[in-house]
Amino acid sequence: MDFNWTLFFEPTPYGDGIYLNWLWNGAVVTLSLAITSWVIAFVLGSIIGIMRTFKNKWLNTFAVAYIELFRNIPLLAQMFIWYMLMPEMLSGALKTWFIQDLDPNVHSFILAAIALGLFTSARIAEQVRTGIQTLPVGQKYAATALGLSKLQMYRYILLPNAYRKIVPTLTSEMTNIIKNSSVASTIGLIDLIGQIDRINESTNSIVEILCGVTLTFMLINYSVITIMRLVEKKTRLPNMMSGG
Amino acid sequence: MITLKNISKWYGRFQVLKDCTTQVEKGEVVVVCGPSGSGKSTLIKTVNGLEPVQKGKIFIGDTEITSNSTNLARLRSRVGMVFQHFELFPHLTILKNLTLAQIKVLGRSDDEAKEKALSLLERVGLSAHANKLPGQLSGGQQQRVAIARALCMDPVVMLFDEPTSALDPEMVNEVLDVMVELAYEGMTMMVVTHEMGFARKVANRVIFMDKGEIIEDTSKEQFFSDPQTDRAKDFLAKIIH
Ligand SMILES: Nc1ncnc2c1ncn2[C@@H]1O[C@H](COP(=O)(O)OP(=O)(O)OP(=O)(O)O)[C@@H](O)[C@H]1O
Ligand SMILES: [Mg+2]
Repeated sequence: MDFNWTLFFEPTPYGDGIYLNWLWNGAVVTLSLAITSWVIAFVLGSIIGIMRTFKNKWLNTFAVAYIELFRNIPLLAQMFIWYMLMPEMLSGALKTWFIQDLDPNVHSFILAAIALGLFTSARIAEQVRTGIQTLPVGQKYAATALGLSKLQMYRYILLPNAYRKIVPTLTSEMTNIIKNSSVASTIGLIDLIGQIDRINESTNSIVEILCGVTLTFMLINYSVITIMRLVEKKTRLPNMMSGG
Repeated sequence: MITLKNISKWYGRFQVLKDCTTQVEKGEVVVVCGPSGSGKSTLIKTVNGLEPVQKGKIFIGDTEITSNSTNLARLRSRVGMVFQHFELFPHLTILKNLTLAQIKVLGRSDDEAKEKALSLLERVGLSAHANKLPGQLSGGQQQRVAIARALCMDPVVMLFDEPTSALDPEMVNEVLDVMVELAYEGMTMMVVTHEMGFARKVANRVIFMDKGEIIEDTSKEQFFSDPQTDRAKDFLAKIIH
């Protein structure tokens, strides 16, 4: 078998540059999807995770149900469910626009971001909850004794410490979200994975393409890990683990 | 200043506090002691409502802590509390630890809060450390900061829960010295401690607890020279060799 390792530098049949451009476009879509889903996951996950630490029964039960729902259904199934149901839930002009006028790739992107964001938010919620609940109880006592309100206690004391604690698990959640984003190709998004088929159609060199895509994924995740190491270093406190 | 009237508290079916009644007058220093698990920490935490009680009434001055209509946050801010494990906020500098509640609870301006904080740090001898993080200080220094943090709120009462028992022996005195000085200045204090030297020096009264009950509540002189109950005698014999 002959391999054509220079494939990515060959021009595409559509006159839009070389295949490396396609790979790049795929990477941009993958990264945009990961970032958008991350923002959704982080915001919702934080809210649900905080709710999980409240004494209020209703809020707590709601948070538990939310987490169980989004964590226990396979991502692929969730992606399809959003893909099928979400457009039906819209109505009138918005529906027509979403289904007919919107660029199909943007259409898929929005649905994938919602699915991936909610799926990941359940996991982040659990981490935020753990981060808060494993802080020494004395911190709550101290904040309360000083007269801080619940809101102020979370805002100024509990959350800054909880987030610091969970930077490492958040990092692995970030790399997960990048890997999981590949499922979006099943609902038609032309991300890195989507580009595999596209390039293969006109080149028939699947091994080389897979190598290129794998390498790109590794590059993205390696960059994320490097950046997060820096974040961890910057936010680490002296004697952080010694309760004081 | 502090009045506890027939306080009872349960954790599930376990009764931690049994009908506790006592009071602390303005300017008085009351030491609370007793064996481990006797409910000392729980008792002192009920004073500012950190631990709710199922029965009884608690007053600070004329304000009833146990009443629903009391603005607890506001009241708590004037009751200073110092914990066994310091509980400084690890992500904030010493200065920010001292200014946060002044600004957020008392509504002081940044400058006002900072000035107050620096003067109290000076007082506990830690001005040089204002911009460090708690983790960079020794235990004794952290506890002095914690005392200063409480004093920043201009408290009318100070509560201490075993403030020296998590410290290395050589750091105990630097913290006790600050507390003694406070007592001499007339601060109303309720102190859970086994430091009988401190009790002898500044306490007006000693409360002895066992199994959730206040079983002695007497003057310091009487407590040390002529304890009434066998349990207190045993306790004293064990603690003073
Ligand atoms: N949250 C809780 N739930 C159930 N039981 C508790 C709780 N907190 C304390 N207790 C129990 O209540 C009793 C009194 O506890 P407390 O901490 O007030 O004792 P203490 O006199 O301060 O003891 P120590 O000298 O060890 O600090 C103990 O038996 C303890 O196990
Ligand atoms: Mg205790």
